[in-house]
Amino acid sequence: MEGNGIIDIEFWRLCAAYVFVVVLLIIVKWRGISREKQIILATVRMTVQLILAGYVLTYIFENPHPLLSLGFLCAMALFSIHNIFKQVPYTLNKKIKRMVILSMLTGPMAALFYFNVVVIHFTPWYEPRYFIPIAGMIVGNAMTGVTLALKNLHDGICSNREKVEAMLMLGATPKRAVKKYVDAAFDSAVLPTLNNMLGMGIIFLPGMMTGQIMSGISPLIAIEYQIAILIGILGSVSLTVVLFIMLSFRAFFTKNAQLSI
Amino acid sequence: MMFRLEKIRYKGILHIDNLTISAGMVTCLTGESGAGKTSLLRLLNRMDDPDSGSIFYQDQLLESLNPIEHRRKVTMLSQTPFILPGTIEENLQMGLELTEREKKDETELEKALETVQLQKALTDGAENLSGGEKQRLALARLLLLKPEVYLLDEPTAALDEETELKVMSRFLEEVKLEKGTVIMITHSRQLADICAEKMIIMKKAKEDDY
Repeated sequence: MEGNGIIDIEFWRLCAAYVFVVVLLIIVKWRGISREKQIILATVRMTVQLILAGYVLTYIFENPHPLLSLGFLCAMALFSIHNIFKQVPYTLNKKIKRMVILSMLTGPMAALFYFNVVVIHFTPWYEPRYFIPIAGMIVGNAMTGVTLALKNLHDGICSNREKVEAMLMLGATPKRAVKKYVDAAFDSAVLPTLNNMLGMGIIFLPGMMTGQIMSGISPLIAIEYQIAILIGILGSVSLTVVLFIMLSFRAFFTKNAQLSI
Repeated sequence: MMFRLEKIRYKGILHIDNLTISAGMVTCLTGESGAGKTSLLRLLNRMDDPDSGSIFYQDQLLESLNPIEHRRKVTMLSQTPFILPGTIEENLQMGLELTEREKKDETELEKALETVQLQKALTDGAENLSGGEKQRLALARLLLLKPEVYLLDEPTAALDEETELKVMSRFLEEVKLEKGTVIMITHSRQLADICAEKMIIMKKAKEDDY
């Protein structure tokens, strides 16, 4: 079945793709790894979420409206914040949670609007066909960055508690006492994006570019978009993570410069 | 008067009705483990705040002082010395850098090493030092900061008694020249007998004290 240069996958063929999940289930069962529940949950959620997204996006694309695009963006941001909280294996204090929310609501948004208005420059500014997929990539990558930064900052400070305290006892400011761990957290958050850029085009072809090529767009145009979006992602991740780290390291201290974890 | 403590309660560990610590003296804190010696030093360094009661430093309420500036005057040396990868010189300068003070020249650094009797070159690596050598390096680093009050938590516990006495006598001599005050936790009877001008013997707080 071909239409507009792209193969529409027949229903039974799409179902056949789930064979891979079955294979994975057989492997984990055989190796005694208790991950069945998670695999099934992930597969079901992915399927349901994408079907819903398909319908919602179709509706939004057919009825473009600024509030709908912004609403979708808000939903993405809220979902990503919820995901960050869920992925961290320890209870976070209120101050840190507030910093996650603040940085996720400002960093990706600033990067997104700059990217849309200056780099891609589409009109109207809320055109959902561009606005939503780009927002997804920018918010999603910022989420991964903040999760990594949060975990590394928390682990760095907690496992070096004695050193941080020893510096405070001498009279170092909290900022100076955790500088090493703050820098390491930033590094760990930006590194996956940088590694991704290093292997780009050789080790892997990214999803957006693959999608565009499969739908008949010239690879030369596809790479233009890919280069722009990768730099946009790098900008969004760095901006959000820097903002998060600068705001949140203070949350590990009391107002009297004592460690509070 | 350097410190005055009134009606201090802290986490069921400390119960101090009244305590004064004089300026320009060496005060030794001794007592069984769990008696709250380290907790007391941490309160004086403002790494923790008491649950109730007041601490005065030079007649000023500790709560009213900037904690970071206070720690630069009343500086604490933690029980486990923290040594960063790098040379001895870098480790000595780090204390000055951390507290936003001017770097010192090599002569002064060497003098500090000599005071704590650490016979090493400034260019030697600090990470390979033994436990006792690391403690002495941390003491030398503290000496370069010249605080008003030195809060020392078993500063020479990893040394044999003879070396401990030699190092601490020289160290305290140097501090006295600068008119510094020392409050030191020690388990060594001999060290306390020789160095202490005042002794505080701490006992575990009983539950009915609260």
